[in-house]
Amino acid sequence: MIVAALDFQTVSDAVATGAVYALMAVGIGLVFGVLRLVNFSYGQLIMAGAYTLAFTSGWPVWASVSTCFAVVIAISLAMELTVFRPLRGQSPAVMLVTTFAIAFLLQAVALIVDLRNDFIGEVATSISALNEAITVGGVEIRKVTIVAIGAAIVALVLLALLLTRTTIGLHTRAAAADFRTARLLGVRVNRVIMFTVVLSGVLAAAVAVILTVQVPLVSPDFALHDTIIVLVGVVVGGLDRLWTATLGGFAIGFASGMINGALPTDNTVYLPSVLFGIVILVLLLRPAGLFSWGRRASAERV
Amino acid sequence: MQALQGVNLELHRKEVVGLIGPNGAGKSTLVNVLTGFDFPSEGTVELEGRDITGWSSHRRARAGLTRSFQHSRSFRDLSVRENVEVSALGVGAGPRAARKRADELLAVLGLADLAEASAGALAHGDERRLGVARVLATDPAFVLLDEPAAGLPESEVPQFAAVIRSVRDDHGGGVLLIDHNMALVMAVCDRIHVLDQGRTLAAGTPAEIRSNLDVAAAYLGETAVTGADA
Repeated sequence: MIVAALDFQTVSDAVATGAVYALMAVGIGLVFGVLRLVNFSYGQLIMAGAYTLAFTSGWPVWASVSTCFAVVIAISLAMELTVFRPLRGQSPAVMLVTTFAIAFLLQAVALIVDLRNDFIGEVATSISALNEAITVGGVEIRKVTIVAIGAAIVALVLLALLLTRTTIGLHTRAAAADFRTARLLGVRVNRVIMFTVVLSGVLAAAVAVILTVQVPLVSPDFALHDTIIVLVGVVVGGLDRLWTATLGGFAIGFASGMINGALPTDNTVYLPSVLFGIVILVLLLRPAGLFSWGRRASAERV
Repeated sequence: MQALQGVNLELHRKEVVGLIGPNGAGKSTLVNVLTGFDFPSEGTVELEGRDITGWSSHRRARAGLTRSFQHSRSFRDLSVRENVEVSALGVGAGPRAARKRADELLAVLGLADLAEASAGALAHGDERRLGVARVLATDPAFVLLDEPAAGLPESEVPQFAAVIRSVRDDHGGGVLLIDHNMALVMAVCDRIHVLDQGRTLAAGTPAEIRSNLDVAAAYLGETAVTGADA
């Protein structure tokens, strides 16, 4: 049963889920790196993007998708300017609770907007053509699976180039390593923060596009579950560094896809318990993060 | 923290001033007050005629007054060269100029071979020199170097002295040098300021300071006894 379930389809779906979660992990990891802020409201950015896609379903695809990016970037900038910046330097607990508040506020606003037609949920159809299956080597695979994997690879490569080859990228990495020293050395940290916030917004919008193809019904809790899983994955991978956070996001997405495929259809109810059981085990064995080698030694040197 | 009383210190562009005194004399406190890491209960800090007493450290840095740290914190995930490039880019150098300046500084500080290495993997002495390279790359109008030569092999001190002179002569900067290496301080400083127990004990040219017996008692005498920890 289990062996039969681990076919190409399952693996490709698991990779696609891992790819989307990796993008979310980068978005969360970037902001954490620079702002030391665990942004619980990241999922609501994706939700806002998904609603935008739903409300603009009648538009041409390019217009609908660009509006989605514009709305998500605007909301993430608004969050930074109106809430995060004034609260800069507060304790991590205050910041975390603040992002909770923003998350539920956005969710409540979405509910109000959504309920105007007396039904919960809107359908995003503008790009649902990507949901069609194509046959690759005798195996049926949804186009969106390929798009998700491709988009994740392209986004990660572009991001890596941006961070290593440009001035703002170098400054972002310096600020992530040591915010205060970077500032002392003339790095314009507010510029770096805006750059980071926009990047994480771009990634959230890309995730919104991919997720609405996979799950066209958009409701106020859209992407909430995924965000929680990605946050867990990011911590399991190692929040300190972007690449370990990204790997953590991919790993938990891939693992949940594989466990989902391996469990008999009527037993998928066990997925969260198996997944989070593994998470606790990993954290017990490697508290600094699954992919963080040698962190403890370097922490002692500080 | 050592309190300072009635200390008056001036640093001009194109000069190197040494700040010496026994441990606990208030040298670090003075540097902290000048660079915005401590704030004085009385007295003012002025930069080129402007009162900057209430300014944050990064604001002072942007205005051209910056410092190195005894315990330098490099950006560990960046390469050694990138660590220096960050500073040069931060003060508006183009990418190519920043790289050139970084390579120059790494060469004079003996870190050229480590340019590609991860800064987190540096030995302590190398990391300290990287801290100096990083702060000099901001091309500061005024720079306060807090024990930059500690841990430097004696054979590399002359080269390091040349770096400090180059900040003064080639870049027109003012340098406040705190160091226990008296040979270095005597060799590069135009003036020396001696602190003891938070007060100015003496100030003058290296020749004047060397001949000042009070200083000999308070500082040179002490280093003769406890020189091992300097």
